[in-house]
Amino acid sequence: MNWITNYVRPTINSIFSRREVPDNLWSKCDECGTMLFHRELKDNLNVCTHCGHHMHITPRDRFKALFDGGVFTEVAVPDPVADPLQFRDQKKYPERMKAAQKSTGEKEAMLVVEGEIGRTPIVAAAQDFSFMGGSMGMYVGNAIIAAAERAIKLKRPLVLFSAAGGARMQEGILSLMQMPRTTVAVQMLKEAGLPYIVVLTHPTTGGVTASYAMLGDVHIAEPNALICFAGPRVIEQTIREKLPEGFQRAEYLLDHGMLDRVTPRTEMRDELVTIIRMLLGLTPAVQGDLPAPVAEEADDTDAKAVEKT
Amino acid sequence: MTNYLDFEKPLAEIEGKAEELRAMARGNEEMDVTEEAAALDKKAATLLRDLYKNLTPWRKCQVARHPERPHCKDYIEALFTEYTPLAGDRNFADDHAVMGGLARFNDQPVIVIGHEKGNDTKSRIERNFGMARPEGYRKAIRLMEMADKFGLPVITLVDTPGAYPGKGAEERGQSEAIARSTEKLLQIKVPVMSVIIGEGGSGGAVAFATADKLAMLEHSVYSVISPEGCASILWKDSEKMREAAEALRLTAQDLQKLEVCDRVIPEPLGGAHRDRAATIKSVGAAVSQMMKEVANQKGDALLQSRRKKFLEMGSKGLAA
Ligand SMILES: [Zn+2]
Repeated sequence: MNWITNYVRPTINSIFSRREVPDNLWSKCDECGTMLFHRELKDNLNVCTHCGHHMHITPRDRFKALFDGGVFTEVAVPDPVADPLQFRDQKKYPERMKAAQKSTGEKEAMLVVEGEIGRTPIVAAAQDFSFMGGSMGMYVGNAIIAAAERAIKLKRPLVLFSAAGGARMQEGILSLMQMPRTTVAVQMLKEAGLPYIVVLTHPTTGGVTASYAMLGDVHIAEPNALICFAGPRVIEQTIREKLPEGFQRAEYLLDHGMLDRVTPRTEMRDELVTIIRMLLGLTPAVQGDLPAPVAEEADDTDAKAVEKT
Repeated sequence: MTNYLDFEKPLAEIEGKAEELRAMARGNEEMDVTEEAAALDKKAATLLRDLYKNLTPWRKCQVARHPERPHCKDYIEALFTEYTPLAGDRNFADDHAVMGGLARFNDQPVIVIGHEKGNDTKSRIERNFGMARPEGYRKAIRLMEMADKFGLPVITLVDTPGAYPGKGAEERGQSEAIARSTEKLLQIKVPVMSVIIGEGGSGGAVAFATADKLAMLEHSVYSVISPEGCASILWKDSEKMREAAEALRLTAQDLQKLEVCDRVIPEPLGGAHRDRAATIKSVGAAVSQMMKEVANQKGDALLQSRRKKFLEMGSKGLAA
């Protein structure tokens, strides 16, 4: 394969796949069509260097960039009952799960970790849109509860990166019940006096938006992220008119008072550090790339260290 | 004139014939149709029983949406006294899809809140078919806060296809309003009893149904998505709603097995709309019962057990 083949038939999907991608590949920006050198795109957190379009980023890649020295520790999430309804559409739910696990290399649609950002200890959770649309089922509910409990135990803030098409239909009513379940988790955090910061990423819709994603102390969105309860297509079908440009996008929600800020991914880390340190009454942060914190003895058996790769 | 559902067509034919016979006899004194009409009545009764003995989930959805089913307003008028509607969210508007206010239930002052679908074209439009906008949820939140402040139990009646998917509703924060309503129900220290009287449509229903005790009428449904919506997403064919309704486990019976619903209130044979008064009476009895059940817990203990109920929900699944 020569560079022309790569250029002419770019593997757009490569950035969405967890397979190791050779550094000489090019990717095409979904938005402006510019060919971007894969390594360059990755270094820019999957934000197009030409037009600033924010492409999908996996929770793991996000955390590697977020935490000091790229080091974080996973927080264990209790496993829910698998396939509680024995759901079957054209495929069986367990088959869909297996396919998602295989294509993402992840167990489920949310990753919960702890670590330091700008020498500020936090617990963070990120929803994985590439895992069945990030959909919220029992596992995601358990993950948010585990994240809140861990944050309370360590007296740390919780930063949650949302991304989901909504609830996981294959878990029926039990997916819907994650709305009250996760709300209780948020309440436990708030009652412990700990900051809960939501970073809404593209897309955050349905029951996710209508529960934990809209209950933060601070709401920050990535540029142009779709954030809504009902999706634009459903609304267009209902009201039978064209929706205005930018409707339900982050900037539109900012204008309508639903968000505190819209912040590019590349500036998110510094902003989170600044906000959290003020909320916690800490001194201003040290700026710049920090190495990993000095390794401590793991204080908990349910946490397993993840090395930077 | 009964409004027959699709699957009730054979019943409509038999009942129609019986009616025709009787009409003919009224116009002709020499005609005696008593026997034939009685036979048809009997046949209709048997058919009705058979049809409703094992309603499929999709048929239950149709019954739950039946236009003549008693709605929130009917329950409030029959089961409550001194109902005093309280309007508005103090911010933007009063949403007529949501009824709510002070009332007495068995003489005890309560806050009652519910979705109202309307019962004719005019009222359905006025009520927006029971699809609330953010103002509706914010009005409800205001009433929940009032209940908490004055120690009044909250009774909610859930009957909505879902929150309204409209431009203004989104602009004014539909998601946030629903999230805050659910949050408020998980914050107040007074008893919350909820009954799904028809359709419990997704987040728009959760916002009212996050209760200490949840009852569902026998043929009501509560689901994360409508069968039609689920079919068009997972089957890529909205005509597969029967399969979707089956798979979603949205019936009161399945939800009781999943411990999402605490009790199922029997409906009269042929559904709530065939005997509205009896249905309303049964709902009243169930609410009384639920109020008794939560009466021994108060304040913070009550709130914590409500939260625990939701934290533990779903730990078993259907198989258990
Ligand atoms: Zn671009």
